[in-house]
Amino acid sequence: MAYEPVIGVEVHAQLQTKTKLFCGCPTSFGLPPNTQVCPTCLGLPGSLPVLNRRAVEMAVRTGLALHCEIMLTNQFSRKNYLYPDLPKGYQISQFDLPICGPGWLDISVNGESKRVRIRRAHLEEDAGKNVHDVPVEGSGVDLNRAGTPLLEIVTEPDLHSSDEVDAYLKTLHDLLVYLDVCDGNMEQGSFRCEPNVSLRPRGQEALGTKVELKNINSFRFAKEALDFEISRQTEALTEGETIRQETRLWDVQKGHTVVMRSKEEAHDYRYFPDPDLLSVRMDAEWVESLRQTIPELPAARMKRFVTEYHLPEYDAKLLTDSKNLADYFEACVKHFPHPKTVSNWVMGELLRELNTANTSPESSPVSPEQLVELLQLVEEGTISLKVARDLFPEFYASGKTPEQLVNEKGLVQVSDEGVLEKLIEEVLAQHSAQVEQYRGGKETVLGFLVGQVMKASQGKANPGKVNALLKQHLAS
Amino acid sequence: MSLFKLTLKELQGKFTAGEISAVDIARSYSLRLSQVEPKIKAYITLTPKETLLQQAKVIDDGLKAWRKTQPLMGMPLGIKDNICTEGIRTTCGSRMLENFVPPYDATVMGRLRNHQPLILGKTNLDEFAMGSSTEHSAFGPSRNPWNQKFIPGGSSGGSAAAVAADECVAALGSDTGGSIRQPAACCGVVGLKPTYGRVSRFGLVAFASSLDQIGPITKTVTDAAILLNAIAGFDPMDSTSANRDLPDFTKAVKKKDIKKLIIGVPREYFSEGLDTEVFEKVQDAIQVLQELGGTIREVTLPSTERAIATYYLIATAEASSNLARYDGVRFGFRAKESRELAEMYRSTRSQGFGPEVKRRIMLGTYALSAGYYEAYYGKAQAVRTLIQQEFDAVLQEVDLLVSPVMPTPAFQLGERLDDPLQMYLSDIYTIPASLSGLPAISVPCGLSKMGLPIGLQLMGRPFEEAMVLRAAYAYEQATDWRMKRPVIRS
Repeated sequence: MAYEPVIGVEVHAQLQTKTKLFCGCPTSFGLPPNTQVCPTCLGLPGSLPVLNRRAVEMAVRTGLALHCEIMLTNQFSRKNYLYPDLPKGYQISQFDLPICGPGWLDISVNGESKRVRIRRAHLEEDAGKNVHDVPVEGSGVDLNRAGTPLLEIVTEPDLHSSDEVDAYLKTLHDLLVYLDVCDGNMEQGSFRCEPNVSLRPRGQEALGTKVELKNINSFRFAKEALDFEISRQTEALTEGETIRQETRLWDVQKGHTVVMRSKEEAHDYRYFPDPDLLSVRMDAEWVESLRQTIPELPAARMKRFVTEYHLPEYDAKLLTDSKNLADYFEACVKHFPHPKTVSNWVMGELLRELNTANTSPESSPVSPEQLVELLQLVEEGTISLKVARDLFPEFYASGKTPEQLVNEKGLVQVSDEGVLEKLIEEVLAQHSAQVEQYRGGKETVLGFLVGQVMKASQGKANPGKVNALLKQHLAS
Repeated sequence: MSLFKLTLKELQGKFTAGEISAVDIARSYSLRLSQVEPKIKAYITLTPKETLLQQAKVIDDGLKAWRKTQPLMGMPLGIKDNICTEGIRTTCGSRMLENFVPPYDATVMGRLRNHQPLILGKTNLDEFAMGSSTEHSAFGPSRNPWNQKFIPGGSSGGSAAAVAADECVAALGSDTGGSIRQPAACCGVVGLKPTYGRVSRFGLVAFASSLDQIGPITKTVTDAAILLNAIAGFDPMDSTSANRDLPDFTKAVKKKDIKKLIIGVPREYFSEGLDTEVFEKVQDAIQVLQELGGTIREVTLPSTERAIATYYLIATAEASSNLARYDGVRFGFRAKESRELAEMYRSTRSQGFGPEVKRRIMLGTYALSAGYYEAYYGKAQAVRTLIQQEFDAVLQEVDLLVSPVMPTPAFQLGERLDDPLQMYLSDIYTIPASLSGLPAISVPCGLSKMGLPIGLQLMGRPFEEAMVLRAAYAYEQATDWRMKRPVIRS
């Protein structure tokens, strides 16, 4: 009996607002415990929540990018349960009336396109952290994170393999980073994913029992955990066992999933509309104005780079992976309309320096205009390509203009035919043997002779011109 | 005349005229407190006498230097102990918060502090504002100053008793289902529940979020208007706070007639269960209202009989969630010797909460639970809408509604403790206005044969506190109930 995996994914993305969802505390990561708190996010008696407008904007923009129906009237509900990292004893979330309804996201798996349906996306506040490594007996609670805005994005169970999940996660991840709503840092917990997986006999419509997976904080773990879980369930079903509905944790050391809690004791969260918050009412015009702020999305931009700039797919993908890098590229091409050349330089020299210095493109000390200056010098023939390439690290570090550096170092390419002729004559005089070989039919010797002229000119001779002139001399 | 016998307006007048100083006020009230408080037990926490005198001196010195007064400058106030006061213990009448000192002020406290009043202390209440007699306070009940064997009402019983016993010139209380109006009626003082959203709830320890409101408890209607002016108004820290024009409420208490006002008498509020004496006194009051120029009309509010059930489902549901934060983790009481988490939660909440609070948490949890939500909480919300719509319709035909506040005068301490449902029934006339968010006031309208006060309730349209105050003032001035004061026996 062949079994088909049926997988749905829940992603919790931390929104990049400056302050928390219901109070003015900052959302920065890594501050000393319990320093980013106030009566509201501490849940002190008498405190009340006030909604962060920017979080709503980010949720709407994400919903628009995911082609979701934006629910102009939506509501916050309380999800009630007790846990030390949950200060109020309830989480403010959305239940009946989420901010985003059904939508979809197209992904590409092994070259094939697939549409993943989004069921809903809603806003909720994050809990704090329980910390077990404390100097006293017991555990500590750090509430810095409590109240941070999360957008929970839920798919329909449309995915059928760990590869599809991988593609979905990466596409969604890039989209959220592109939209500037999430920094996508999985290690820091900005992008958390919880797949749920069940198996059913191929051809059957009814779904099997689903298992939720947690503690997955990298794309690799997602794949490994799903692969393990699918094979665990396959084996169990083949043996005639039933699958228990449960939550399992991915154990990195052991390389398998372990039971966390059984759904039989599933918590009754007693959801009800939060009476401290009014319904969120948005008007259609405002939502439309947000639509205008959505940048060209990665997939579309990549396609455009291929068609408009005639770049190979490899270049287009690499350049559009980062919105800032793509922006940098396009700023260069605007002033220097040779896309492939720009692409080579951006993907090569520039990216190398940026990565070494751990800098992102928009903070590059070499601006697009300055890079274009350098490229123009090469185009005009003032310096050779090789010289430009060798010069680049210094150019990046120095802050000087290309012209300044070239003049300082006397790197101006020699293209003057008179000067070149003289050098050529000297070289030919010194290498009469090779001259004979060339005239005898061994054309590859030309390269050697060009090299000698370059050496004689300390690399400043214009190689193209040297090549042409040498041929002339040798022909005569 | 002893300063403590004056109304807020009178005391304000003498202070502004320079006849008395803040130190005079502080001394007078400290003496009064020392004489009367051991019997009445209106307060949980008292500001020490020395501190009070120091604060009074600062006010006097400041006044000499700046010569600028504020309406409540130097005025001695009591604050219900479920309103957060920065640096001053706020217990909510519960073991759970017995030693809780808030690191922040409620919005209303911030507004009051701008006036530089004298905060005499935090007054007693039923635990977490859940009760109608103050008997559910973890620190013992307060006494009705008119007869110390009787309840002062609840849950703001401490505030009402303090005002009636001249242990402060005015107080703040909170009202969820009648907790300002009912104790005001029991103690023969004035109590106003503003429209829901009129006064900020930020810093009011939540019981039922969609019902709670802070309001004044005072000796006269004019005093209530003065105090309401100081605390009302939009607060961006409270998402349920109404962003509306704020009138000067003291302008409403000038006219002594109510010509052209139409007053509705809802027949459902005068049915069986209403004590004869209360019925008579309220009828007398309606007669006075008519003599003052009001047109009296009988109206009907058929959903009234559903109000108690509706309230006790919605309020307890919200309370069960609002009180989840009392878990011993971050602040407040934590049971000792708990070895693991579930045990800590269980012990802390079993020991920290009293029986009435536990009862309501259980009820509320049940009303929200899977399988029961629709039948209980869902249904109650629907009925609540019906009740609101009925009020809206009737208040298009009349300007105000008049009714008793309580079915009986105050009952004896201990009389209804064994019968929670009996206790709940005392809220029957105050609950509907809470469910509908309407402004409502209780003014004294008589004394029972036993010498216990009886209150008259006036309810108005949303945000029309001015209309409610106007009618209450006219009635008050046409009678002399406000002159009567209890004699505090030892």
